[in-house]
Amino acid sequence: MKARNLATGALFYLLVAVIVFSAVFPFYYAILSSMKSGTALFRADYFPLSWNLGNYRSVFRDQPFATNLWNSLQVSFAVVALSLFLAITAAFALARIQFRGRTLLLLTILGVSMFPQVAVLSGMFQMIRGLGLYNNLLGLVLSYMIFTLPFTVWVLTTFMRDLPKELEEAAILEGASSWVIVTRVFMPLMWPALVTTGLLAFIAAWNEYLFALTFTLTNDERTVPVAIALMSGASPQELPWGNIMAASVIVTLPLIALVLAFQRRIVSGLTAGAVKG
Amino acid sequence: MSDRAWLTTRRKRDAWLFLAPMLVVLAVVAAWPLLRTIWLSFTDTDLLKLDQARWIGTENFLSHKEDGWHGVLADPQWWRSVKNTLVFTVVTVSIETTLGLVIALVLHREFRGRGLVRAAVLIPWAIPTIVSAKMWSWMLNDQFGIVNHLLMSLGLIDRPLAWTTDLLMTSVVIVDVWKTTPFMALLILAALQMLPKECYEAAQIDGVHPLKVFWRVTLPLVRPALMVAVIFRALDALRAFDVIYVLNGSAEQSRTMSIYVRQHLIEFHRLGYGSAASTLLFFIITLLTILYISIGRVRLEAD
Repeated sequence: MKARNLATGALFYLLVAVIVFSAVFPFYYAILSSMKSGTALFRADYFPLSWNLGNYRSVFRDQPFATNLWNSLQVSFAVVALSLFLAITAAFALARIQFRGRTLLLLTILGVSMFPQVAVLSGMFQMIRGLGLYNNLLGLVLSYMIFTLPFTVWVLTTFMRDLPKELEEAAILEGASSWVIVTRVFMPLMWPALVTTGLLAFIAAWNEYLFALTFTLTNDERTVPVAIALMSGASPQELPWGNIMAASVIVTLPLIALVLAFQRRIVSGLTAGAVKG
Repeated sequence: MSDRAWLTTRRKRDAWLFLAPMLVVLAVVAAWPLLRTIWLSFTDTDLLKLDQARWIGTENFLSHKEDGWHGVLADPQWWRSVKNTLVFTVVTVSIETTLGLVIALVLHREFRGRGLVRAAVLIPWAIPTIVSAKMWSWMLNDQFGIVNHLLMSLGLIDRPLAWTTDLLMTSVVIVDVWKTTPFMALLILAALQMLPKECYEAAQIDGVHPLKVFWRVTLPLVRPALMVAVIFRALDALRAFDVIYVLNGSAEQSRTMSIYVRQHLIEFHRLGYGSAASTLLFFIITLLTILYISIGRVRLEAD
């Protein structure tokens, strides 16, 4: 019996090792490759043999990568701010006030959050052109609302619904307006939810590719994912893998740090968005 | 009017006031572009001449001329991309659900270093899709890729596999599974942690085999959460674009509906024709969602 326990224990840890290896190795290998230059890149190594930061320098020197990073930051922060602002008030109405058509509205919002982005691509393209926002970061901010807004509204609504009724009733008795209730009573309690949804919206905007690829034209207006995807060498056969890996590591490290720091929050945010959905 | 009634009316008015900005934005970014896309699908609009649209009825969908049938519905490439999308969705979602379940069960057990393993599992999820596609296309490189190297040194294959020329669909599936299994695992884990402990204690006392406990107790109890997780993943897979486009471009072997649509819209400048394809895509996905929800009897708790 004891031997069998030992064997299952060993098997269990083997499984854990396989899981960890498959999860971590690709990114580890990207870091490894980003530090290699020249022919060393084309040799398969499993351990770091040199620390060469040439690729990192080259990404900033030969490409407008700093501009791309700054574009991504601007777009992502604007998207977070705008969608949270719009979602807080909307979530208050959906979570705390009984009115006709509420369920239908919630279902519509859920429907929009499941929307295939590509299904609106041509209409969106025409609209962006019409508004004069083609090749403009504002066009990206606006179009990203289609996936961040329904999601933030949904998660904040589920969160706000669970807050105790008494808080609000006391405020109403004192004659507080709905605006005061939202900003003074609920907002202070909502920080955890706001951080979570804000973070998820940030990640979604930071990673977005299809709209960014379609609605921008010049390298100076591109966001990071598009810049990385379009990095090319002298010929299509010679992709600058070292540079691509360096750029990939730069955009990914902050995300990994954020996700690991807010691990629990993110998991609860995802489950609020999905399981309760 | 009593105070209370007045208050309710005021609150209802506030509700719409508070909803208005969000609804306006959603109308602008979702409703209008969708309707516009559907409208465009009945025109012959060219990407470079957006203002010159001519209404041509259902010609983009299907039409008959002297030289045969035309339109999206008569294009074998379109049907190939529909098939590719369905294959991609069914294969990735099944693998992801199975692996997600295994990882969730592992993380559900108490063992030393569990926190670290959980953090490690989150890493693929945290990596931007574009970056994971690029990382993998480097690792799957036919000549210099580490994957071929690893498989060969383990003796699993004798010759390098042509991941980026012959096995396009397989590569896409690998990358998608790697990237999204964490999401599945975490959702299932959250469901597992909400299960009542008593069932398990009772089963343990009765000496029921763990596998039987899994099939008879765990699986039925997490089924509702699993169904919801599956639908979210499936919807994501049905519209998959980034991973596939970055890995393989518009190559036929892995061309899904989204890729087909974008190829016609942007690369071929056929805004009208591409819109017709995207309208079909929208209805196919909506139909599949409704089918899944009614067959799987998923309860979407809207209130």
